[in-house]
Amino acid sequence: MIEELSNGDSFIKRLDPRIKIVVVFLFSVVVAVSNQLPVLMLALALSLLIVLSAGVPTKEFLRRLIPVNMLIIFLWLFLPFTFAGKAAFFIGPLAVTHEGVLYATRITIKSNAMMLMLIALVASTPIFTMGHAMHELGIPKKIVHLFFFTYRYIHVMHREYARLLNSMKIRGFRPKTSLHTYKTFAYMVGMLLVRSFDRAQRVHNAMLCRGFKGNLYSLSKFSIKRRDVVSLVCMLTAIILLGVMEWKKTI
Amino acid sequence: MHISEGILSPAVLIGGAAITAAGVAVGMRGLDQKEIPSIGILSAAFFVASLIHVPAGPVSVHLILNGLVGLILGWKAFPAILVGLALQALLFQFGGITTLGVNTLNMALPAVVCYCLFGWGTRSGTGRYAFIFAAFASGFCAVLMAGILVGLSLYLTGEAFLPAAKLVVAAHLPVMFVEGILTAACALFLRKVRPEILEVAHAPD
Repeated sequence: MIEELSNGDSFIKRLDPRIKIVVVFLFSVVVAVSNQLPVLMLALALSLLIVLSAGVPTKEFLRRLIPVNMLIIFLWLFLPFTFAGKAAFFIGPLAVTHEGVLYATRITIKSNAMMLMLIALVASTPIFTMGHAMHELGIPKKIVHLFFFTYRYIHVMHREYARLLNSMKIRGFRPKTSLHTYKTFAYMVGMLLVRSFDRAQRVHNAMLCRGFKGNLYSLSKFSIKRRDVVSLVCMLTAIILLGVMEWKKTI
Repeated sequence: MHISEGILSPAVLIGGAAITAAGVAVGMRGLDQKEIPSIGILSAAFFVASLIHVPAGPVSVHLILNGLVGLILGWKAFPAILVGLALQALLFQFGGITTLGVNTLNMALPAVVCYCLFGWGTRSGTGRYAFIFAAFASGFCAVLMAGILVGLSLYLTGEAFLPAAKLVVAAHLPVMFVEGILTAACALFLRKVRPEILEVAHAPD
């Protein structure tokens, strides 16, 4: 179900994960508040550059952009007609406004730029490393632990779900719009919860037996090297430049 | 329904993130280190449940189950949903970094509200019909509120989003009934099979 993208080797992959998280976060914030078309185009170009240099295959990141663009396409059905402004042309009785098209274009570029940056981060950092880095960056320990447990058990639960689904199919279950179908699914979810609840108790006891004291340790130690400092400075400059361009134009 | 990056206005994003931070803080306060494995595993189970598609007439809808999350976890629904959505953003690119706050709020606030309104009904010692009513109402209202909150997030970003926002709320209407029935049936099942799961939210600290 869930395949991680972290394969291959690239310059970005070897960077300190803390630096990557900080850069992606700042980039996302600046792009989220930007509204100038040229700034957004530059941001998109930058994110495309980063995602390509992270070694993500084109087909793969295009596939991962699909969920984002579903909502964008949905908004394209509305925004050009509902945004107040000068009518550019008409489709039947509906006026397409110039401003509406521009606005929808901006949203499209924005979303894709931010997503490409996130894909570059995900593709170059294993999820567990990301958790440890988040802890180092000051996210409370309890949230990071919750993150680890949830991530670890998504796979286990999904296997359990596939097993239950198979056994339902073997018994001739065919989903329809009926009370029977809903009840069956409800019982399946209930069984999933019961099994996961039991497993949680067992796992916790096993952890206590092995001396768990509320700390999770990482095998890899983070250290800031010269290439980390250089990339941080480069990326921060780029982000600040984007911010300044946005700010200068709006005044 | 997740709102993608780059659509909402900064004011909505900041507001959503601030309320979510407060909700997570409340949820974490009552959270003991001991409970983290069970909440993590429950939140993984809900993550997987959200991948289940059930037929509703001609289309199929995926389960949200935030009403059930609220009934089981209470205020701890905030951290659980936050982590679930963060993982969905990282693994599937549903939602994103800047929209994490708003998306968590839209799912977790209805869960907590339903817990406050209907939580009494699913504790031990309630009659069967009151129990079924409370569980159904919880599943029903949680999706209704989530739909309204998603619509509101869009509408507050700009007037031009109003028709899209209305359609989003309308799309949640059939899902409400499916979720209500499923939540009621699932809660009944849990009450028969493992009633202590329904007591997690109000376990003594």
